[in-house]
Amino acid sequence: MRSRTLPYLLIAPASLLLAVLFLWPLVQTAFLAFRAPGPLGVDVWSLAHVRRMVSDFDFHTALFNTLGLVVVVVPLQFILALTMASMLRHIRAGRSLVLWIWSIPLGISDLAAGLVWLAILSERGYLNTVLHAVGIISGPRSWLTYETPGVLFAAIVATELWRATAIVLVILVAGLDMIPREYAEAAEVFGATPWQRFRRITLPLLRPSIQTALILRTVLAFEMFATVIAIGGRNFPVLASKAYNWQYFDQNTGVAAAYALVIMGAAIGATLVYLRLLRSPEQAR
Amino acid sequence: MAEIVIDRVQKSFGATLALASVSLAVADGEFVALLGPSGCGKTTLLRIVAGLETQDGGRVLIGGKDVSALPPRARGIAMVFQNYAVFPHMNVRANIGFGLRMAGAERARIARQVERTAALLHLEPLLERYPAQLSGGQRQRVAVARALAVEPQVLLMDEPLSNLDALLRLEMRAELKAILHEAGTTTLYVTHDQTEAMGLADRIAILQGGHIVQTDRPAILYRRPATRFVGGFIGSPPMNFLATEASGGHVGLGALRFACPRANGPVLLGLRPEDATISESGMGFELAVIEPMGSHALLTGRVDGQMMRVVAPPDLAARPGDLLHLRPDPARVVWMDATTGEAINA
Amino acid sequence: MTARRLFFLAGVVTLCAWVLVPLYLIALAATGGSAVVHAWPKPFLPTGALAATLAPLARFLSIAGVWPALLTSVETALVCVAISLTLGLPAGYALARFRFRGAVLFRVLVLMTRAFPVAILALPLAVTFIHLGLYDTPVGVGLMHTALALPFTILVSASLFQAIPAELEEASWVFGCSRLGAFRRVVMPLALPGIAAAATFAFVISWNEVFAASVLTVRHRTLTAYLLAILPESPLDVQFTGAFLLVVPSVIFIFLVRRRLFSIWGIANR
Repeated sequence: MRSRTLPYLLIAPASLLLAVLFLWPLVQTAFLAFRAPGPLGVDVWSLAHVRRMVSDFDFHTALFNTLGLVVVVVPLQFILALTMASMLRHIRAGRSLVLWIWSIPLGISDLAAGLVWLAILSERGYLNTVLHAVGIISGPRSWLTYETPGVLFAAIVATELWRATAIVLVILVAGLDMIPREYAEAAEVFGATPWQRFRRITLPLLRPSIQTALILRTVLAFEMFATVIAIGGRNFPVLASKAYNWQYFDQNTGVAAAYALVIMGAAIGATLVYLRLLRSPEQAR
Repeated sequence: MAEIVIDRVQKSFGATLALASVSLAVADGEFVALLGPSGCGKTTLLRIVAGLETQDGGRVLIGGKDVSALPPRARGIAMVFQNYAVFPHMNVRANIGFGLRMAGAERARIARQVERTAALLHLEPLLERYPAQLSGGQRQRVAVARALAVEPQVLLMDEPLSNLDALLRLEMRAELKAILHEAGTTTLYVTHDQTEAMGLADRIAILQGGHIVQTDRPAILYRRPATRFVGGFIGSPPMNFLATEASGGHVGLGALRFACPRANGPVLLGLRPEDATISESGMGFELAVIEPMGSHALLTGRVDGQMMRVVAPPDLAARPGDLLHLRPDPARVVWMDATTGEAINA
Repeated sequence: MTARRLFFLAGVVTLCAWVLVPLYLIALAATGGSAVVHAWPKPFLPTGALAATLAPLARFLSIAGVWPALLTSVETALVCVAISLTLGLPAGYALARFRFRGAVLFRVLVLMTRAFPVAILALPLAVTFIHLGLYDTPVGVGLMHTALALPFTILVSASLFQAIPAELEEASWVFGCSRLGAFRRVVMPLALPGIAAAATFAFVISWNEVFAASVLTVRHRTLTAYLLAILPESPLDVQFTGAFLLVVPSVIFIFLVRRRLFSIWGIANR
């Protein structure tokens, strides 16, 4: 009755497609990045594309910018989301309304979010109107240029915080909902303060969700792209926008693929670090 | 109507043996309970009969036909599940009529059958309700009605009463017995509750560790357990077992002597708690605990240094520490082999 | 009410404003037309009649290429949803109902796809798609987006099916259903709301994706790719109106799935 092959038949199509869409491009990307025309006109193994990428005039800027964004954005998002998630536990009325409002950005694309904040931060934007009204600036002033990289960086950080904190929040709230309240209550009975309960009971039990949220966010932050272009144009190069430019404007897939490999290396490296740092003891699962 | 024949059915899950060559025949119209502690294989056996689990060896015959290779829907069975498995997205009427609809019965017949079984289980006022609007007991009735509505050859029940509270369980037990007696359906019923099995079944098959250790009428199981395990599992409080030594076809306990079917060597004397009377003389019983139960008092104490429980009249005047005297009914005493735990027959 | 509580509520309100005010401002900027975009200082309330506020939207939609891009976006997202569900539901069902050798490995591999950046997938696929004739088609981009949505669909549907007691399915087998019949009559109706939410998410994933859509198309762009391409040469009011049009469906979608948001995202990301 219960054929042993049925589950394999059921996962076969999905496995096949995922293999085609993930494994094949992975191998292909390596080929694209490490094969270049040789002296005989045939492609040979070569570091030409990689060398070209590294000697790119703003390669180091792009690398630095990307790392900077990840290092600043991800921790801020995590702290903000954790604060919001804890606040939700104490809301008495209208919890679901607040939750809905806070999770709206989950559905908003990075491109749209970038443009939303462009409307706020542009020369004659809403922020400048407010700054003008309170007398900080005297007239329209442009912030998002290469002359003010600090402000540009802050603008991108603000946009990412606005857009992508929601996903961390949702994962953490779902994780918190799965922790039975009895644990915290038991700790309270034994005299733990609210902070101790949070630190000693909630956070350790939330570890799997924290791990997931951080991995997901960090990978996405390494490939941050449309937000940056919408706000900074070409003034603020990052790895993904460089890959896009090489592919799209320079029609050079080899260098673009080399950039893609750098992004993937960083993403996988970060994932491994999280897996190691936030690992739950095997017996405590 | 049909008989069920389970013929040398085997099943293991990985390295764990669930059923070791189990055979059992359920006669047409008979009610047989599969009774045993959790993990004894009783539910696995029922699921194999249903076709929800595939046996590793052996056959299952229903109405003389080998159904071993057939899917559940082709076996002519109905089943009541432990959690009822009443479809939450269908109302009571649709749930009860589900089996007939799947069999492609005419609308008029479905309507008639639904009305009839709903009446049998007092569900008429609830026909348009959804399971979420029903109590546990009502859901249980729907599950039974759904099974009876298809007029199955064979009815399989997997702990159908275990999720009800004690009072409702008692009520439903009596009702179930009446309804199934009326319908005359061949029934295989899994339970871990010995009072339920005793109360409902024509015969009980007791499973232990994947083996059927005894199959018999409830009264005989109670009176003549085939093994020490059966004696301990059936009856509450369980049968007492005293380790003694036979010599010359007799066993001496305190001042009493019992004739023993084994001439010499170590034996176990089995005695139901209600089969000994308190008297002026007999074997010594040091009373340790006395529990008044209303209809009787339950005494726990020691005979020859071994623990023993006996049932005494509720008005017995005794205190812990007293030395009482017991006189067992020799006709009710059973004997077991001290090492194998199997009954020694006279 | 204590000062502490007041402080807490002020925090909640501030965070709500943090989310909502930018949305309000983009609506304002999008419906104000070029007059508002260049106004200084900016008005914080809508100016003009309702008809006037709709005019910029109409003007944006009349730009050559916007309608086709919108249609392409919808087509692409539907392709993505269709493939994700067709392949994801059976795989999710297998994970939920069978214990088979390799199940854990399969689940881990599906989870691991999250560590792959879009760039690494999209670039070589551009080359492959040219060979296959899928380059610059909604099917090609939809297929690429399936790579992002399918792992999610598999994990979500697995947890949805797991939440349906196996006994319900077994009961329907006993009462005359085949495996497929039981799936259709019992499992699907019960899982449907969750599956609808998962499908909505797959749609949003595709609707929002920019990088792959830009790399895999030239003429038949999705709305996001189209907007990105015209960004450098388009005036600000067009950019803002475009952003607003991208945001509106997302907000509606999140509203539609709000009750399942946590079971879905929470579970899928365990």
